Amino acid sequence: MRIDGKGLIDRTKPVRFRFDGKDYAGYKGDTLASALLANDVRLVGRSFKYHRPRGVLTAGSEEPNALVEVIGAKNQTPNVRATVQEVFEGLDCRSQNRLGSLRFDLLAVNDYLSPFLSAGFYYKTFMWPRAFWEGLYEPIIRRAAGLGSLSGKHDEGVYEKAFAFCDVLVIGSGPSGLMAALTAGRAGADVILAEESHALGGRLLSDAGTISGMPGGEWVAQVVAELTAMPNVRIMSRTTVTGAYDHGTYGALERVGLHKPARPNLPRECFWRIVAPHAVLASGALERVVAFKDNDRPGLMMASAVRTYLNRYGVAPGKRVTLFANTDAARATARELMAAGVTVAAIIDPRPDAFSVEDCPVHVGAEVIGTRGRLGVSGITVRKGSETFEVETDCLAMSGGWNPTIHLTCHMNGRPRWSEELAAFVPMEGAVPGLVAVGAANGSMSTHGALATGRAAAQKMAEALGRTVQVDLPEAEDVPYQIKAFWAVEGKGRAWLDFANDVTTKDVKLAAQEGFRSVEHMKRYTTQGMAPDQGKNSNVAALAVLADATGRGIPETGTTTFRPPYVPVSIAAMGAGGRAEGFAPQRFLTSDQASRDRGAPMIEAGLWYRPSYFPKPGEATWREACDREVDMVRQAVGIADVSTLGKIDIQGKDAGRFLDFVYTNTFSTLPVGRVRYGLMLREDGLVLDDGTSARLAENHYLMTTTTAAAGLVMRHLDFVHQAFCADWQVRFISVTESWAQFAVAGPKARALANAFVETPVELPFMGVTPVRVRGVDGRLFRISFSGEEGYEIAVPTRFGEALFRDLVARAETLGGGPYGMEALNVLRIEKGFITHAEIHGRVTAHDIGMEKMVAAKKDCIGKAAAMRPGLWGPERDQLVGLKAAEPISAGAHLFVPGTEVHRETDQGYVTSVGFSPTLNAWLGLAFLKDGRARIGERVRLVDHLRGLDVICEVCHPVFHDPEGEKLRA
Amino acid sequence: MRLTCPLCGDRDRREFYYYGAEDYLRRPAEGAPLADWDNYLHLRDNPAGVTKDLWYHEAGCSQWLVVTRNTVTHEITGVELVAERTVGQAK
Repeated sequence: MRIDGKGLIDRTKPVRFRFDGKDYAGYKGDTLASALLANDVRLVGRSFKYHRPRGVLTAGSEEPNALVEVIGAKNQTPNVRATVQEVFEGLDCRSQNRLGSLRFDLLAVNDYLSPFLSAGFYYKTFMWPRAFWEGLYEPIIRRAAGLGSLSGKHDEGVYEKAFAFCDVLVIGSGPSGLMAALTAGRAGADVILAEESHALGGRLLSDAGTISGMPGGEWVAQVVAELTAMPNVRIMSRTTVTGAYDHGTYGALERVGLHKPARPNLPRECFWRIVAPHAVLASGALERVVAFKDNDRPGLMMASAVRTYLNRYGVAPGKRVTLFANTDAARATARELMAAGVTVAAIIDPRPDAFSVEDCPVHVGAEVIGTRGRLGVSGITVRKGSETFEVETDCLAMSGGWNPTIHLTCHMNGRPRWSEELAAFVPMEGAVPGLVAVGAANGSMSTHGALATGRAAAQKMAEALGRTVQVDLPEAEDVPYQIKAFWAVEGKGRAWLDFANDVTTKDVKLAAQEGFRSVEHMKRYTTQGMAPDQGKNSNVAALAVLADATGRGIPETGTTTFRPPYVPVSIAAMGAGGRAEGFAPQRFLTSDQASRDRGAPMIEAGLWYRPSYFPKPGEATWREACDREVDMVRQAVGIADVSTLGKIDIQGKDAGRFLDFVYTNTFSTLPVGRVRYGLMLREDGLVLDDGTSARLAENHYLMTTTTAAAGLVMRHLDFVHQAFCADWQVRFISVTESWAQFAVAGPKARALANAFVETPVELPFMGVTPVRVRGVDGRLFRISFSGEEGYEIAVPTRFGEALFRDLVARAETLGGGPYGMEALNVLRIEKGFITHAEIHGRVTAHDIGMEKMVAAKKDCIGKAAAMRPGLWGPERDQLVGLKAAEPISAGAHLFVPGTEVHRETDQGYVTSVGFSPTLNAWLGLAFLKDGRARIGERVRLVDHLRGLDVICEVCHPVFHDPEGEKLRA
Repeated sequence: MRLTCPLCGDRDRREFYYYGAEDYLRRPAEGAPLADWDNYLHLRDNPAGVTKDLWYHEAGCSQWLVVTRNTVTHEITGVELVAERTVGQAK
């Protein structure tokens, strides 16, 4: 019911929204919860386990009951708190966790079965018979489990992530947060003020108190206006700080567009990482429930929430309200309701000595022991001494005191401290370095206390930042907060602690009785605190009940800790930008478009995209294209873009010496203008990478790495240089992106290459020379990865695409053309050249037959470890070639023909395979136990995954041109 | 987590690559017994408290860093350049 003249909603801006298919009206500034309450909708959800009718309990993000699905055009968001979701024109949402309608939920039968569904019923019930688990129990449990549902489609919404930096982060904008932000802001510090709600002010918007003689809301408006005008203060509303991490890093979730109709490019949420050396935790406190029989009906609400709905939203959640509370402060709810013209039927206060004169009946020393009303409370039963009586009411406001919102202080393993005075946990000082809790979050419950502690913390931070500031403290109430803990009313029946997960005091007592006396065990056995609200409403009360049941005090019982995030964070927000193509950076070759123009499917090679093959009309399969391209290279000439290989430019007087140290073989003796193949080991003796390095000048080398290991090798070189020889005169830098480089391979390669350079050159095999390519300074290498006479032409990247198109066009006039990765792979297998399929991190130089490349005369990285026993000899799997008449597979294992196929008889494995049109056979590279001594033998290749069982011939790995005559032609 | 690179300043840990204990800086001399290599390559302390380890500012200045940090409190008490530490110590 809306109350005239109250609330901060904008009554000039009505909005229409839909809940469970029915249209309602609210105002701008309403949350879904306040708008539904204004429309007298009390029943908004069903509980998790028993499917009990549930209504709005709170007015904040801690809400355990009022969880709804918000339905958008392109997404459906489950478990949205109606107390946080703002209404907007066209908002469409529905209740969840029901079978049938909200009023007649078929699964409410669970409530009648509750005697069988107590804590641990899963473990007790679904144990036998064993065969029933998969077929019967699991599908039923899966159907019943969970709360909301998803659309099953991709979330096409836009999400963002962002970074922010400031001197002082203020978390929360109640009196303490505003005062802290004002103080730090006036001191000139860079301030971020993060507020979870859409409006700043915290409890000042909910309570009808005064500050400096003016209404709280007015003071808030004044301070916010001043803060807004400060260039050094950034106000972030609708932003929940979700976690505190190492070294002043905080996570925060901003609801950017969830309060508006969706439109393109409007992000739904933004996940922030905020870095701040100083932070003020002004997160306030959460009011706690009192456990008594049937305390979960719609219409039962936190007293502070009733006050919020009244003062902030102009809504009376009931026509005849009762109050059940154990503090003086909670009485304000009743007084403000009465002042607004709402009937307060009774105040029930368990304290026998409490103040008993109000403008309504007050029962001191009394307790609520039960409620009635199927879909909403209609009356309560009160016990006072030996007498019980009924009170008619449609809204019971309850309060068991307050729990400081200390969650963030526990995120770095800090344990909170139990305060007997407050009967609550308070933060341990310094639990998160740089973070200081103030106001109610630190147990200062009065408005004066909040303002004073907020100012003091910010003043200290300003001083630490070398700034001074003087801010007057406004006048405000300073009523002492006195409380005697009151957790649960003794009596029969189920009394709820955790509304979200349907955990009652009985469940906690049962857990204790069955031996789950540790709070961690109790939590897991009962699932208390494991629902979307993460125990915000129930943890401390459950702990108190457990302490009582086990005869210990609360400090001895201990507490579970709080971990991030403070509120649920959508994965879409955390992973913003990482969906689909955003998953990893994409690197494109200069020839990318030219390859795509020719219809080449692109495949990933690390972050690069390379052409797989270049289909021709009439070719039905990739194999046909691949076979043709292999033939083309062997018979005429082929062009391949090899720019993806890592290129490292190395210069300095000690460049040769440095290469000698990182490569197993010697480069200091390499003549200028020559290229050498090099092998690089890790310090543990296993092969790191291979590639060629060219000596361009006396003190200038160009190293080539494999595509996959380019970054790894750069890191390795930096380490070796900085750790072991930082004083050598050598410097290097990656130039991979600076050069476009194309392989020109085949019998007609020389003719083609020379057609592109201004002065034709006669390069020896493994030679390099600077050339002018069509007027551009470039480099010509004579190297080959195909086994044919091969050249690589390098030009600055910006000329890459033009050169590729020209090379391909000219090659086609010679009967050649471009070739892709598939053909490149077959060509190198035919030639026995290795890639990272072979040097996969577990092989030594000896395994690949290159032990002679480890120079005896000098030290190098990995040399000592490579000599360790077990890294060389006949017990090793050694590189061999395999030849077969039928298809074989990489990943298959090798066995002696006629022996059993199992792990003990395993003789090795296959790393690369391909069909060779040149030899008209399937070829493979494999590692075979003592393989080099077994050339000519036959082995059995078995691949259970692909159903292969093939006899292969063991061969020397170089199938094609073993003498290298074609290379040197 | 954040690290203060001596060259680049205070940066997010996503800019850095973690390698391992600073023991990797004490490479045995050529011809050292196998036991020394075993120790160098494989044997590591696992301290609860102060530890020194190697980080690489991969998305920054390419410098290797020795970071002194506390595995219990996560406090970082020192960041030095590997290159500056070892100049003059090369073989």
